[in-house]
Amino acid sequence: MTRLRLAMLAAVTALAVGAAIGYVVYAHGQQASAAAKQPGTPAPGLTAVPAGPRLVFRSTALGSGYGHVAVVPLADPDGPRAVTPATCDRVYARASSALCLVADRGLVTTYKAETLDAGWRVSRSSPLPGLPSRARLSPDGTLSVTTTFVYGDAYTNPGQFSTRTLIGRSTGSPIADLEEFALFINGRRVTAADRNFWGVTFADDDTFYATAATGGHTWLVRGSIAQRRMTSLRADVECPSLSPDKTRIAFKKHGNLPPGHWRLAVYDLRTGRETLLAEQHSVDDQAEWLDDDRILYGMPRTGGASATQDVWVVPADGSGSPRVFVHDAWSPSVVR
Amino acid sequence: MYVTIRDRPAGPPAPDARPVLRRVATTVFLLGAVSMLTDVSSEMVNAVLPLYLTAEVGMGLVAYGFVDGLYQGVSALLRVAGGYAGDRHDRPKWVAVAGYGISAASRLAMVPAHGLASITAVITADRLGKGLRTAPRDALIADVTEPGMLGRAFGVHRALDTLGAAVGPLLAFAVLAAVPGGYSSIWVVSFAVAVVGFAVLVLAVPDRRTAGGGGRPAARDLLRVMVSARLRGPLVACALLGFCTVGDGFLYLSLQRRDGFAAQWFPLLYVGTNISYLCLAVPLGRLADRIGRTPVFLGGHLMLLAGYLVAALPSAGTGWTVATLLLLGVFYAATDGVLAALVSRLIPAGSRGSGLASAQTVQVLARFGSSVAFGVLWTLVGPRDALLIAAALLATAVPVAGWLLREAGDAGPAGSGAAAAAGTAEVVA
Repeated sequence: MTRLRLAMLAAVTALAVGAAIGYVVYAHGQQASAAAKQPGTPAPGLTAVPAGPRLVFRSTALGSGYGHVAVVPLADPDGPRAVTPATCDRVYARASSALCLVADRGLVTTYKAETLDAGWRVSRSSPLPGLPSRARLSPDGTLSVTTTFVYGDAYTNPGQFSTRTLIGRSTGSPIADLEEFALFINGRRVTAADRNFWGVTFADDDTFYATAATGGHTWLVRGSIAQRRMTSLRADVECPSLSPDKTRIAFKKHGNLPPGHWRLAVYDLRTGRETLLAEQHSVDDQAEWLDDDRILYGMPRTGGASATQDVWVVPADGSGSPRVFVHDAWSPSVVR
Repeated sequence: MYVTIRDRPAGPPAPDARPVLRRVATTVFLLGAVSMLTDVSSEMVNAVLPLYLTAEVGMGLVAYGFVDGLYQGVSALLRVAGGYAGDRHDRPKWVAVAGYGISAASRLAMVPAHGLASITAVITADRLGKGLRTAPRDALIADVTEPGMLGRAFGVHRALDTLGAAVGPLLAFAVLAAVPGGYSSIWVVSFAVAVVGFAVLVLAVPDRRTAGGGGRPAARDLLRVMVSARLRGPLVACALLGFCTVGDGFLYLSLQRRDGFAAQWFPLLYVGTNISYLCLAVPLGRLADRIGRTPVFLGGHLMLLAGYLVAALPSAGTGWTVATLLLLGVFYAATDGVLAALVSRLIPAGSRGSGLASAQTVQVLARFGSSVAFGVLWTLVGPRDALLIAAALLATAVPVAGWLLREAGDAGPAGSGAAAAAGTAEVVA
């Protein structure tokens, strides 16, 4: 190697390292100034967490509150938010406690589920086997369920994925991995090893709805914890969410869409009628009912400089049009 | 890694007629550095991609699997094209430059990419670059290395490569710690690292004409090499063994189902495999130089067989999980670089890139087929029985592969067995 080439190599290396460090410093500074410009996102603290009907979510607004759990009153959802000290990738709250799924980013990322008490302190923590996907609590908060993606080395294992859905009591004792329950599809017992379950929604402290998948198809199933069994109700239903009056299920419908695309829909458990909602974009989230007439869901914001999400609202009867409910927010749960 | 450093004679050259040939050529270290930096760069992206797609972009992992599954076949076919282009124009370095360049440029394209389609396109470009560069790079390593030292040289290269794969995630999460949610910072740093690797390749790696100034081989001639009696046995052996090789992901999943330790530390499992691979790549490459590549290559598959049996044991336990990971690492250390060393010796210099590419492609395609078939088997009979069936197939395939490789003719490095042995003793002492 000639001296000239060595000098060029040194120059390229210095330039690349300098530019990379410069960019990171710049991005760090941008975040700090963006946080300073946004009076709506105070530093994490416990001040002024609203006590009435409220929305609990993961705040994705830039600044020191990024990734923290935040709370807004339902009366003024897109107004100033109270930022709690808790950080979660997925959160679901009830009046007295919250379930928080979080990634420990490090040399190797590990994941855990935390139970947060009324003061947003971690009261219990348990390891999760993979990437956090869905979290739900039963209406009275006594049961909790988590869905995580467990995936192999993607390099040698194209397209393979596997989910783990674990039901437990909020006190910490595990109840079951849904794969241990008996599964009946169209009246027949299914024991195939490729059974996968995700997106549980609780009706009460025994009955729940969930997605079951096997052989490339998905089903809405109704399950009973006491009987340790699940029975199929309908095909092509993912991430069900039960309405407060327990008569309808909001869900993701795949239909004939390309891979990785879903349409929001509502299934009426009494009449069997399915209604596509006004949201035309692909939605990949477990919906949350704002009340018996409106549905909340998270969607990535497109076109922006940084990747963020907003929580949207759309009528549950297929009418109207979607609008942003809370900016820079993800993983909403309604607490009354 | 320490083994690699100790491997280089630090003091004055040994009193030998050809001391330079004894040690691993500088070019191998330079190519190792290029691979290491490129792997740091690509593993930075891979480590955060699932989190980025799900937590930031809001895509499900099913979509991620779809992104990931796209490239496999295309990348394998492009390997042959890369190997052939390197041979045809007798300039493997510049084909490798194109491959590394595409991958480096794809990092920068991650900054504006936000949707599924654009991210898919960027990742596919990265993997295409990987497909293109692998065979010409291995041809360069083979070209600068004395035949008796091929195992060691490829071992050094693969160890550096794996080290890069270990450092990448660390760097990515260091950046995320400095700039929470700052994924564009990761893409920029990853791009910078790739640019340095690219510069090392362009500026420092010598531009060797591998055919020794001979004529340009036509496609027909190269095809003849690939189906020649000499290469046919090894290629069929690769296909056979590749088809009995279960994807790592399945092995990790079966451990995770059986063992609480593996479930809790699931994301760590591949690190265990990589550490074992990193530590053993050079020693096993040297062993292959001493006792022959075929026995080490076949022995590696026997270790994999042992890994399947341990993973299928009814009794769970942390020890058994760790043993499985170690065996998997031994398998990679004993087969990946060693296969390149084995094939390199069988092919004339002018068509080495094409020959290496065909062996690697056959292996990748066979493993892809095996992944699909094993997925079906897993569904039908469950993880344990599926692993036992794979182990039985592998137990049948290894002796057949041994018979197919009987004429690979490298029971000992021709004419330099004693020298290699002496060199080893020297380093150990």
